[in-house]
Amino acid sequence: MDYFAQQLINGLVLGSIYGLIAIGYTMVYGIVGMINFAHGDVFMIGGFIALITFLLLISTGLTAIPVILLIVLLVSMAITALYGWTIERIAYRPLRHSFRLAPMLSAIGMSFVLTNYSQVAQGARVKPIPPVITGGYTLHESADGFVIQLSNIQIIVVITTIVLLAIFTWLVSRTRLGRDMRACEQDQTMAALLGVDVDRTISMTFVIGAALAAVAGLMYLLYYGLVDFFMGFVAGIKAFTAAVLGGIGSLPGAMLGGLAIGLIETFWSAYFSVEYKDVAAFSILIVVLIFMPTGLLGRPEVEKV
Amino acid sequence: MKAPSTHPIKPATSIPALLKTAFVNALIALVLFSLMIGIRTEAGSSGQLTYWTRFGDLASIVAAVFGGSIVIELLRQWIGPTGAEKLVPPAVQSGISFIGRYLAPALLIFTLLVPVMFYNQRYILDLAILVLTYVMLGWGLNVVVGLAGLLDLGYVAFYAVGAYSYGLLATNFGWSFWICLPLAGILAAFWGVLLGFPVLRLRGDYLAIVTLAFGEIIRLVIINWQDLTGGPNGVSGIPRPSFFGIPLDNSDDGLAARLGIEYSPTHRIVFLFYLILALALLTNWATIRLRRLPIGRAWEALREDEVACRALGINTTTTKLTAFATGAMFGGFAGAFFATRQGFISPESFTFQESALVLAIVVLGGMGSQLGVALAALAMIGGFELFRSLESYRMLVFGMAMVLIMIWRPRGLIGHRAPTVYLTKAQAISSDLVKEGHG
Repeated sequence: MDYFAQQLINGLVLGSIYGLIAIGYTMVYGIVGMINFAHGDVFMIGGFIALITFLLLISTGLTAIPVILLIVLLVSMAITALYGWTIERIAYRPLRHSFRLAPMLSAIGMSFVLTNYSQVAQGARVKPIPPVITGGYTLHESADGFVIQLSNIQIIVVITTIVLLAIFTWLVSRTRLGRDMRACEQDQTMAALLGVDVDRTISMTFVIGAALAAVAGLMYLLYYGLVDFFMGFVAGIKAFTAAVLGGIGSLPGAMLGGLAIGLIETFWSAYFSVEYKDVAAFSILIVVLIFMPTGLLGRPEVEKV
Repeated sequence: MKAPSTHPIKPATSIPALLKTAFVNALIALVLFSLMIGIRTEAGSSGQLTYWTRFGDLASIVAAVFGGSIVIELLRQWIGPTGAEKLVPPAVQSGISFIGRYLAPALLIFTLLVPVMFYNQRYILDLAILVLTYVMLGWGLNVVVGLAGLLDLGYVAFYAVGAYSYGLLATNFGWSFWICLPLAGILAAFWGVLLGFPVLRLRGDYLAIVTLAFGEIIRLVIINWQDLTGGPNGVSGIPRPSFFGIPLDNSDDGLAARLGIEYSPTHRIVFLFYLILALALLTNWATIRLRRLPIGRAWEALREDEVACRALGINTTTTKLTAFATGAMFGGFAGAFFATRQGFISPESFTFQESALVLAIVVLGGMGSQLGVALAALAMIGGFELFRSLESYRMLVFGMAMVLIMIWRPRGLIGHRAPTVYLTKAQAISSDLVKEGHG
């Protein structure tokens, strides 16, 4: 039971990170109707920028960890958001009215560019950092000595995710930008006729998605203590799986799917085999798409001629 | 031809506006690259991260972006918004079509003569075999992507199934290549059906991701099922192919001894060359024949409009399934050939990059065009070989090329195959009338 509870905590933390990435997939899919294949690599870039900023701040002699983390968060969100904006501008916007496979292929190309760009720029070796946030709480200690640990970093990851989700939900449901986004999602032409700047709204979608991915990158860096140039690929597919599981296009669904994938992966590793945890996640993607193509919270897709 | 962008066509920009655009672009580049290029991190010997600055590189990249955006903006004005296609004079166009007509036979004759011309240059023969392997893979995937319009990102899975089928059957049971080759194809097709049956109802993008996931699953299973596949160590000692039972070696009953000629290791290379050429041509021939059958017509119709297909009573699931299985089968053949050529296979040969490379060949060649795919494979693999010294930049350039080609010519660089049959004249059918308001 204690082991189960510990895995539950671990799974929820991992799921929060997947959920943050999945939101980027689901938003872009909702508005533009394409799978932003490069989104996993945007997450990776976010992790790298967080790492470099962190390193620079440490070397200036700053010691207050909360201040450092806040600056790192803001810098990596800002720069990664600019990456998201640039990628949309270069690789996707010219293809918006092209045939249907073109944006997908362009996105695959972009994913290769980002992966190899960071490999060339920062080297192929794994970049570790020493643990930044240490300590934690012991929730429960059983008779045979097994302890349920809740570390501070886990608390921070979950709280950050909840806060970001609250801000984000407010943004989508209450602000002008959110209304524009929902309008574009339903009908771009009509939205444009009613005075919505479609180009700007789509750009903003990519910017927000990239910023959330940057937060996920920072959380990943703090939680696992390392980044490498290849981490975006697998994380990207898993986050996409999460988006599909939750129902693509649905924002709460993305978070729910992220948590589900995180839990499934953790429990699979804990009770079956670590080697096959990715196989489990990918198999779930296939199974979900077969039996529940609209996901947990998605709407059935209406085919227009 | 670029798709009509949403921007209005700008009038010829003035010099200050040009400089302003370039300046803004350079500024964006500065922010983007400031940390990633300007700072280089590396884990030191004690595991501690160190960094050093590279402001020189950063400055030169920002300067390149500044200059580059001026050049691109000027080029755009010079070519004009009408697009480049009209600039080609009719004489050149007829010349191109003349070349197009005779290029395929000329290329085929040249390919047949490659072992004769380059008999003593092992390197060129090896490269030619590699190119032909990708031509075959490209043609196989072309059935799925080019004809049926299904985006398959896990094609390498079938390649792996073929390679491992041959490798394991030959090393465990000692079966010969010529028995295993059809088996490898059948097994790959079987896997294609197994995967395709449930997932082919999905829309294009979902299908792409599912095939990608499938490719990864196959690779992970190969890595982890160590008892069967040898895990990351792979399968080694895979037998070389024989000339229909006659081994191509230095022994007394080898082909060279039987023909009474002096043995040379090049015989085997030449044999492999003609083997893959025959396999590739078989793929091509089958594709061309299939295209003329009702099933081929259905594939092309499916690519153009799935909803219309369904309305016309075509069973889209089985139609997709046949395309998927056919493509998978050719992938399996190519895999068996790969295993026998290398003599050693490991999961490293079957990564997603490989799938993307084959897909890029199909897309670059113009989806559905057989000649285009062959030329694209030649350009791509040859290009990779030319830039072998720039190993780390190779995939970077590859990715950029993919993006640029999609922007510049989304229907493929070399050729595009229009549907084999189509109505030349628009008929006044009921839906048109409805649109006009008569219905």
